[in-house]
Amino acid sequence: MILIERLFLTIALSDAAEPWQLGSQDAATPMMQGIMDLHHDIFFFLILILVFVSWMLVRALWHFHYQTNPIPQRIVHGTTIEILWTIFPSIILMFIAIPSFALLYSMDEVVVDPAITIKAIGHQWYRTYEYSDYNSSDEQSLTFDSYMIPEDDSELGQSRLLEVDNRVVVPAKTYIRIIITSADVLHSWAVPSLGVKCDAVPGRSNQTSILVQREGVYYGQCSEIRGTNHAFMPIVVEAVPRKEYGSWVSNLLIA
Amino acid sequence: MDEIELKTAPVDFRFPTTNQSRHCFTRYIEFHRCVASKGEEAGECDKFAKYYRSLCPGEWVDKWNEQRESGTFAGPL
Repeated sequence: MILIERLFLTIALSDAAEPWQLGSQDAATPMMQGIMDLHHDIFFFLILILVFVSWMLVRALWHFHYQTNPIPQRIVHGTTIEILWTIFPSIILMFIAIPSFALLYSMDEVVVDPAITIKAIGHQWYRTYEYSDYNSSDEQSLTFDSYMIPEDDSELGQSRLLEVDNRVVVPAKTYIRIIITSADVLHSWAVPSLGVKCDAVPGRSNQTSILVQREGVYYGQCSEIRGTNHAFMPIVVEAVPRKEYGSWVSNLLIA
Repeated sequence: MDEIELKTAPVDFRFPTTNQSRHCFTRYIEFHRCVASKGEEAGECDKFAKYYRSLCPGEWVDKWNEQRESGTFAGPL
């Protein structure tokens, strides 16, 4: 089945927003996979309830139509059914809550020691990334700004308002800690395929961890729209093999 | 070209929350206390320096360094 999907159905995995997209982008981290699985699990109950309620509604409209049933029934109380329609929805809610909480807490938990720390700092209106694991003094050795490529400058094939000049390069299949903060106003660091959406608050550093499972380029946008240019500071994460990451870092350190 | 070592500040169970500002601040203080008691030359303090550099935004470190120089740093050194 997977082979057939790979061969015929999926040509390329979707890591950026596409026109008229309804579903999620394809997952690249276990977290996003969890979020999508939870969404599908909940949808199962949702469809059941939708069908049941619509059936009841249509049935009532049909049977109690004023022409076939001119004298209304005067039932105002029914203990059994009231108990049933209280208990039953609570059980459904519980079945939704258990996996939901499990996922929520597992997202917060940072158990494995990360291999690298990347700091994403929001500015008006660009992002700064600091890779400080390789510093030998307080002088920043590997830091760069990431600006959006304006509409007029974008090349053929680049996504409009999504491409940046300097991408965040991360190693794939590695635990990464991302520290998100802001230097001025509220920002947010969000990449749908990685299942990350973390607010950047000045004076506070939020931590999130990701494990990118496959190499690729992942697109995201600022998700805290509270000013003129938040829409124009996208996020591009490029996951590369460990070896390439190593040479990327050493190239930048020499430069 | 020598291989870059992938190593960073470990998970610290004193700071299990999403907000890691105190983690960074504590590591910064730990480093300067270590230097104060053992001297700059001792290599023992280097790991704390590595930790706080990994965890703290550069702007914060610069601000704290300035405050330490002018004697207005708020932390217990």
